[in-house]
Amino acid sequence: MKNTLRRVFSYARPYIGYFVLTILFAAMGVSLSLAVPVFIGEAVDCCIGRGDVDFENLKKIAAALALIVVSSTLFQWLMSLCTNKLAFLTVRDLRADIFNKLERVPLRYIDRHSKGELTSRVINDIEIVSDGLLQGFTQFFSGVITILGTLIFMMTINVKIALVVVFMTPLSFIAASRITKATHSSYMQQSKLRGDMVALAEEMAGNQKLVKAFVYDERAIERFDMINSEYGRVGAKATFYSSMTNPTTRFVNGLIYAAVGLLGSLGAIGYTSFVGAMSVGKLSSFLAYANQYTKPFNEISGVFAELQNAVASAQRIFDVLDEEEVSDDTDKEVLTGCRGDLSFRNVYFSYNPKIKLIQDFTLDVKEGERVAIVGPTGCGKSTIINLLLRFYDIDSGDIIVSGKNISDVTRDSLRSSFGMVLQETWVFTGTVAENIAYGAPDASREQIIEAAKSVYAHGFIKRLPQGYDTVISEDSGLSQGQKQLICIARIMLMDPPMLILDEATSSIDLRTEQRVQKAFAKLMEGRTSFVIAHRLSTIKNSDTILVMKDGNIIEQGDHNELMDKGGFYSELYNSQFAT
Amino acid sequence: MKRLLVYLKNYKKELVFGPFFKLLEAIFELIVPMVMARIIDKGIGNNDSGYIFRMSLIIVLLGVCGLGFALTCQYLAAKCAYGFGTELRGALYRHINKLSYSDIDKVGTSSLVNRLTNDTNIVQNGVNMSIRLAVRAPFLVIGAAAMAVMIDVKLSLIFFVVAPLISAIIFLIMRKTVPMYKKTQKKLDRASMLTRESLEGTRVIRAFSRQQEEIDEFGEAVNEISDCSIAVGKISAILNPAAFMIMNLGIVAIIWFGGIRIDSGRLTQGELTAFTNYMTQILLALVVLANMIVLLTKTFASANRVSEVFELMPEVCGSSTPESEGTGNMIEFSNVSFAYDTAGDHSVKGLSFTLKKGEMLGIIGGTGSGKSTVAALIPCFYRVTDGQVSVNGVNVSDWDQDELRRRIGYVPQKAVLFSGTVRDNMKWRKNNASDDDIISALKIAQAWDFVSAKPDVLDTVVSQGGKNFSGGQKQRLSIARALVGKPDILILDDSTSALDYATDLALRKALRSELSDTTVIMISQRTTSIKDADKIIVMDDGEAVGIGKHDELLEKCNVYHEIYVSQMNEKGGDRQ
Repeated sequence: MKNTLRRVFSYARPYIGYFVLTILFAAMGVSLSLAVPVFIGEAVDCCIGRGDVDFENLKKIAAALALIVVSSTLFQWLMSLCTNKLAFLTVRDLRADIFNKLERVPLRYIDRHSKGELTSRVINDIEIVSDGLLQGFTQFFSGVITILGTLIFMMTINVKIALVVVFMTPLSFIAASRITKATHSSYMQQSKLRGDMVALAEEMAGNQKLVKAFVYDERAIERFDMINSEYGRVGAKATFYSSMTNPTTRFVNGLIYAAVGLLGSLGAIGYTSFVGAMSVGKLSSFLAYANQYTKPFNEISGVFAELQNAVASAQRIFDVLDEEEVSDDTDKEVLTGCRGDLSFRNVYFSYNPKIKLIQDFTLDVKEGERVAIVGPTGCGKSTIINLLLRFYDIDSGDIIVSGKNISDVTRDSLRSSFGMVLQETWVFTGTVAENIAYGAPDASREQIIEAAKSVYAHGFIKRLPQGYDTVISEDSGLSQGQKQLICIARIMLMDPPMLILDEATSSIDLRTEQRVQKAFAKLMEGRTSFVIAHRLSTIKNSDTILVMKDGNIIEQGDHNELMDKGGFYSELYNSQFAT
Repeated sequence: MKRLLVYLKNYKKELVFGPFFKLLEAIFELIVPMVMARIIDKGIGNNDSGYIFRMSLIIVLLGVCGLGFALTCQYLAAKCAYGFGTELRGALYRHINKLSYSDIDKVGTSSLVNRLTNDTNIVQNGVNMSIRLAVRAPFLVIGAAAMAVMIDVKLSLIFFVVAPLISAIIFLIMRKTVPMYKKTQKKLDRASMLTRESLEGTRVIRAFSRQQEEIDEFGEAVNEISDCSIAVGKISAILNPAAFMIMNLGIVAIIWFGGIRIDSGRLTQGELTAFTNYMTQILLALVVLANMIVLLTKTFASANRVSEVFELMPEVCGSSTPESEGTGNMIEFSNVSFAYDTAGDHSVKGLSFTLKKGEMLGIIGGTGSGKSTVAALIPCFYRVTDGQVSVNGVNVSDWDQDELRRRIGYVPQKAVLFSGTVRDNMKWRKNNASDDDIISALKIAQAWDFVSAKPDVLDTVVSQGGKNFSGGQKQRLSIARALVGKPDILILDDSTSALDYATDLALRKALRSELSDTTVIMISQRTTSIKDADKIIVMDDGEAVGIGKHDELLEKCNVYHEIYVSQMNEKGGDRQ
């Protein structure tokens, strides 16, 4: 926890000026505001009774008070401004850093984590750090100053009553911690039930159509009611417990107030020598302090709760920032003039050391050849892509591209010699033209249109509301096939010597599908290509077919060889003709 | 809005007594400074230690009562809010279950979930806080002012300047900042979108070596957030200090004018102290009030979202439950047209066909051609815009909807499994299904092999969304789920896409031999899957461009021929 805090504050270092100013302004603002009751007390002492008012003095005090109030206000305002800058600028840097990191971690890391969860770290966790740590810090700080300041002022007025107040303080803490303990377990119960309820609602209401189709509604309602009423019962309990804090501390505050009033008044009339002399004015400033003394304690305990939250969030952020980055390769050779021949030599690879995947895989691909990868869903066909583009590094062996070992060249230059179209098409929020020019940002509009035309995408783009300037996104109503055509045009514009294509499965309409097929064919002319095939037409004419099952390459050869062999491939191939 | 208030009706007592007790607490809180003023004026003034003791005791007693009242109120508030929330959620969920498919489309399922969980929680919290604060805060402001008036009317004029001034400042600042907060939130949403897109597209981004551009774009977005936040911070930073200043300047005024009043004998020293005390209370109460307004705005927004769902009227459904099998057709479409509420164009146009008991219908066509819509009209998920769909000779909209759907097994395009065990999932169609029923359904769906291979067999736990099964396995389980209890009609909405050819074939064979009485509607993109159907409908752009058997269609229907040839080419003609 200490280290986490230190790291968060190390992000604030560039803004240390704001930090120092925050503390300075806070100290000045708070202590000035604490002086207010002293002056009010003195003012009250000027007004004893009828005809007994010291206007000369009162005027001075009122003027001083006004001055103190105005300057305290000023300092408090300046403090807020500095805190703001400190918090928001720090958080900005932190957020930029974590995003930066996500672009540099190995793909293994991103594949292993849920995207929603990572996004939540970049967005929500950082918000929590901003609220809890940075703004909490200033609250904490001014709380501490208030308590110390109040104590000092009370001590200067009357040491003994001040001590009584100090000794009564733990009451507030004891009460608060008792309540917190009682609340905690029912809170845990409540949040678990809430989780269950949300999960059930997501499953049932989220699949409402299925619920209706299966006439499952009665049972769904029954299940929902059960969790719902339990949640209502536990929730009411937890809420009641937690809402006890405020009245209870208000009560303790009232006790302190009464004690101060009693002792102060007794002192004022000289009833007991314990207290010492006391004027009405002093009593009234004392009362004012007693009134606000416990408030910062409440605030601070609130800050602690938030702080714990924030530290947990900060930890989640630093977990990402501590991830190993892909190794630096700026000093490596740049792969140029790539022809399109490549080979795998005795390659071993597995995602998990315990589960062996690719073992002793050797393959030679000549310029312009076509390699198809086939196998049932989920058999690990994309592993080959991961290795070729160095999204993952092989465990042993070599992959040679144009005579260069791919681990000896920069990743960027290696990747730019491949064009890749994935089954899960990726378009980003931007215009169609921007999306097509993703790999070649300097391309002219003519080049973009040329690329789109050559892959049969021009027709539908032209019909979009703003043509090439239509803003599109993942869910902007383009069909899967149309998105895929845009992705293909993107590759066309780059003109890479090698291709990796992942054919889309069934959910494309027939006409677009035919266009995609034609576009693929056009793209593959004269280029070395790896095709993850779902369609048998692609397979048959390939120079090499890799048959994968459960992550392993189990057969390798061209169509005729594999058919003659009578193994898994021929079984797969024949099954489609049986009726 | 009014619709939601109904759910408060069982909590009238809490609604009245909660705020009432809070009011009592506030009154007691307001009395304390008065008592203290007495102590100062009478106790100290007359050197009466007995009076001081008595009055201090009264303050403690006031505190004890205050605590009791406050806790009573908190208890009533929690009870009322959660009771209300629970009833509201229960009613909302029941209502959701009555909505028609088109209503569900209108709202969207994810939004429904949100309204059912988040929004109801916010409203519930709003009720809780309203009971606790809505009375207390304004009352403290008014009460403090009233006490001030009682002590000294002329001096209390200062209150009537200060309180509205502070309120005005709170109002003005909030009016300025609320839209700015919204703007900041939008910027944050943008950063969130960029992060998500960038994570989704990591492979593409890296393949194109565009990491730096992504980082730059995000950096810009993040800068905008901090600019916006700092700008709004600048304004909201004025609020607290300004309120503090006005209040304290008010106190300065009280002291000055109070001094004059004391000098003329119209005010006592103790009363002056009480006056300053009330001033502080007003400020605190006003700040609470400002927070309360923010909370209420959120509550109203959520309440409206919840009401919107309640305003969707559930469709009236028929009550016929024909017993006789009927001699005629199992399913009959006569000149059916259908358009979704949201779309202008018809998704199905003038479709007519009949299907006898035990027959199999294949529907083929591209996406958006209306295949799935045709199937959705049979269980009356949507009502036809024109024409008539009959099952067992009765118009589907005259059927008792539940009864109709119990006779139909439906397999959706996207295989969804629910958390629980495999057995739980298999009991969706028939709650009292025996293990034998379930196993025989799993066998037909070609799912028994992998289910029986699991150590827990039918008790294998399905995690939410069925993540512990592969795509093909999920599809087979979802098919088996629809087969339990042998439905009269089985609808397979392109639900074999993840199966390889061999499994697909075995499934079709099993369907034919084991469920010979069941009328099957199979939607597919592959001609092989539907080739042997008794009837095939070829859909194109909402219209049936061909209806008939495979061989007839090959001859007469161009579209079908085209599809068939293109798919046959893939298989390589030389082996045929």
